[in-house]
Amino acid sequence: MLLVLVGVSILTFLLLFLTPGDPAETILRQQMGGRTPSLEAIEQFRQNEGLNRPIPIQYVDWVTDVLQGNLRESYYQETPVSTLIINRIPATLELAVAGMAVALTIAIPTGIISAVHKGKAPDYLSQFAALVGVSMPNFWLGYILIIVFSLQLGLFPVAGVGGLESLVLPAITLGSGMAAIVTRLVRSSMLEVLDEEYIDTARSKGLRERIVIYKHALRNALIPVVTIVGLQFGYLLNGAVIVEIVFQRPGLGALLIDAIFARDYPVVQGLVLVIAVIFVLTNFAVDLTYRYIDPRISFGGESA
Amino acid sequence: MSNQDSTANQSVIATTRRRYRSVKNSRRLGRFLSNRLNVVGLLFVSVVVLSAIFAPVIAPEGPNEQDLFNRLDSPSAEHPMGTDQLGRDVLSRLLYGARISLQISLAVVAITLAIGTAVGLIAGYAGGWVDEALMRFVDILLAFPGILLALVIAGILGPNLTNIMIALAVVGWTQYARIIRGSVLSVKQEEFVKAAQLMGVPRRRIVLRHILPNVVTPVIVLATMDMAYVILGTAGLSFLGLGAQPPTPEWGTMLSQGRNFVDTAWWVVNFPGLAIMITVLGFNLLGDGLRDVLDPRDMGDVENKGM
Amino acid sequence: MSETLLEVEDLHTRFATREGTVHAVEGVSFTVDKGEIVGVVGESGSGKSVTARSLIRLEDPGYIERGSVRFDDIEMTDADDRTIRRVRGDGMAMVFQDPMETLNPVFSIGEQIVESIKVHESPEEQRLLDYLNVPLFSSRGKRSQMRQQAIDLMSEVGIPHPETRVSAYPHEFSGGMRQRAMLAIALAREPDLLIADEPTTALDVTIQAEILQRIRDLNEELGMAVLMITHDLGVVAELCDKVVVMYGGQVMEEGPVEEVLTNPKHPYTESLLGCMPQTCDRGEPLNVIEGRVPSMVGGPTGCPFASRCWCSSESCTTGDLPTEQVGEDHTSRCHHVEELSEPMEADQ
Repeated sequence: MLLVLVGVSILTFLLLFLTPGDPAETILRQQMGGRTPSLEAIEQFRQNEGLNRPIPIQYVDWVTDVLQGNLRESYYQETPVSTLIINRIPATLELAVAGMAVALTIAIPTGIISAVHKGKAPDYLSQFAALVGVSMPNFWLGYILIIVFSLQLGLFPVAGVGGLESLVLPAITLGSGMAAIVTRLVRSSMLEVLDEEYIDTARSKGLRERIVIYKHALRNALIPVVTIVGLQFGYLLNGAVIVEIVFQRPGLGALLIDAIFARDYPVVQGLVLVIAVIFVLTNFAVDLTYRYIDPRISFGGESA
Repeated sequence: MSNQDSTANQSVIATTRRRYRSVKNSRRLGRFLSNRLNVVGLLFVSVVVLSAIFAPVIAPEGPNEQDLFNRLDSPSAEHPMGTDQLGRDVLSRLLYGARISLQISLAVVAITLAIGTAVGLIAGYAGGWVDEALMRFVDILLAFPGILLALVIAGILGPNLTNIMIALAVVGWTQYARIIRGSVLSVKQEEFVKAAQLMGVPRRRIVLRHILPNVVTPVIVLATMDMAYVILGTAGLSFLGLGAQPPTPEWGTMLSQGRNFVDTAWWVVNFPGLAIMITVLGFNLLGDGLRDVLDPRDMGDVENKGM
Repeated sequence: MSETLLEVEDLHTRFATREGTVHAVEGVSFTVDKGEIVGVVGESGSGKSVTARSLIRLEDPGYIERGSVRFDDIEMTDADDRTIRRVRGDGMAMVFQDPMETLNPVFSIGEQIVESIKVHESPEEQRLLDYLNVPLFSSRGKRSQMRQQAIDLMSEVGIPHPETRVSAYPHEFSGGMRQRAMLAIALAREPDLLIADEPTTALDVTIQAEILQRIRDLNEELGMAVLMITHDLGVVAELCDKVVVMYGGQVMEEGPVEEVLTNPKHPYTESLLGCMPQTCDRGEPLNVIEGRVPSMVGGPTGCPFASRCWCSSESCTTGDLPTEQVGEDHTSRCHHVEELSEPMEADQ
């Protein structure tokens, strides 16, 4: 994991040098609203930002700063990047958690029903719905929801943050795509488990079908689901960018887009690094959970 | 059952196998078409492909023909999908947009496929430190949520369609590399590859003749699904303003331009959205169908039970 | 005259597959008396497992086409779910072939036995939240009492240190121990009939003997009848009172073990006996039955064994099989019973 983190930091750092032409000049031109900056100004900027030193040294400098919790300052505001990011985290986290909740609430029951009624109408219906969900661009879904629920019915605000009402539509928008993925996963995982011999053992005990499915099958079927759901959490951040733009929510995604257009590279680098680290840590956490819910991996857990 | 084979004569096995394959293949087509969802997928994809090819013929107007007197007209006989904020015919723009989406996704899938296949083959076949190094690199790339990395790369390179393709390609090749490496590792253990090695067949020939054909199936399925992913990604990035720039009739860009009029002109946003969804859905359905038909794991699940 | 516990009559179980309908069980009839041990013997694919599963209505994805399964005056083939559950929880318990696959990997052995006790105690009242052990919905006192019962059962089937093993997971058990746990799960329901589907096939020979001994003890102590599904005539000879020989989904021969094994009245039974390693001299190649088990797609015409039988004739390939009474309680379904050799001198 450490190796991956080092690699991540190197890649993140090098992103800056993807800028076509001279980064200093590009950045300054942007800051000056398109006018060509003077040579002195460029030199000055390089000096200030340490851009005139060899790249490996710049990298080491940057990493040293990062390890001390210093993500540098924004080019535009006199605010540390870390502060900017921390201020935006709650809005995004709230959205991601709500989106996840929406996804699981839809996906787990639908996936189970689909598997139990394999090859029948409810199965086809939910499978098709899931595919539509996967295929639906979430920016479009967002506008459909706005048109129907905000503009026509006036139930929820069009945009902004604050209160539960303003979270409903964004959460549905974000969660639906993931719901589709998880539904398919629950279905296939459930189908696999329902074919296992121990399900017949459970039935042969005289257990009700409901207990066979919701206790014996579901518990096993959820093991792979937990993994994917954990991994999907990272992908929720992908979706959050778009949802935050659609619903004008001031979260990390909106910050990233603004920073990209403003070529505010310290902010971009900081965000990419933070998000990648969150992503890596989530995967690690998933690994740990996995050990907890599958007794075959860890010895002697709780009997649920 | 299998005991029978060992005693039977070689050529009998060979002919039986060949016959079995041809029966199975024809049955595959039948199975593929027997699922209505697959047919729907095929239909959607065909419609999009045909629109793209014949856009100049079928489109009522040019994609950028403005008519400022007829801005935001609702759908009518003249403009089946209405007009946008500059009086352009939405249908015509969508038809031309199909070209852009398909071109980009084909290009990106081809590039990622080529890179991924090459890396996967090299890593899997060479093994050792080469494999280790390449796979670590893949791990690092996969540590970024895909679209987000593409978004940043496209943003820094500068917003246009070429850079979107580069960004999506940088992000996309890793999954092919992984799948192909995995397949190579398992195929490498097979007897026929070992036999070829012992017979002194050159490496390159072994890779091309013996290994490549064996990993084609998962890759075809993945590539089909990837078309969907890339189309969605392109539209998403364009929607954010990082891809195609106006007045290019790209679906994501159209949707983004139309969003200021959601309250007055629903058609400006919804028809591009629908176009994206149908295309993506088509490729997803197709990919799903292909997987079910090509994946032998799914076959005979009824037969093996309880006996 | 003992009482009949289970009566199977003309049972047909089929599977619909892409290749056609598989006639896995085709007109099987036999009875099991109270306290009796009956063996069902046949090669793999002879339909014996499907027969066993059909008895407790676990034939899915197959279906029972026709016939009757009467257990204790309950007709299982058209019983509703509730009745089926009651019989499973109280009348017929089944132990399956592969103990590696039949225990749920995510629940402790104790939990799986306790569940079985719970069903037995109140088969009608099964609340999901109780079974999920959600606090408030399941009584703690009751649970610890059942846990004690589970420990007792575990020692009864010969699992050492049951107090500590009760909270172990299946993957921490060896194959033999798992099969014992399965046995404990079955016994928890105090069944009148234990259906054992090749319970020892996947185990080592020494463990096999121990498990069989355990089953015999339980039969003697509790008076529990046993239906032993096996492909091993040795097991039948050792354990059973009566044997049903199956081939191609049909019963070939049925009768008291002693009689059938020493004086088989069906060519298939005879060849099966001939295949036992004990009947061959050292250094000689083992006997095999030439040919292969017929495909059961589309149903049989005539005797399923005809193609491999040395005395088959025209009449064997068409029509139904006759049921010949060849002794008291001993029947054979062969056209050529008279021509078969007199008592085999084979037994050692």
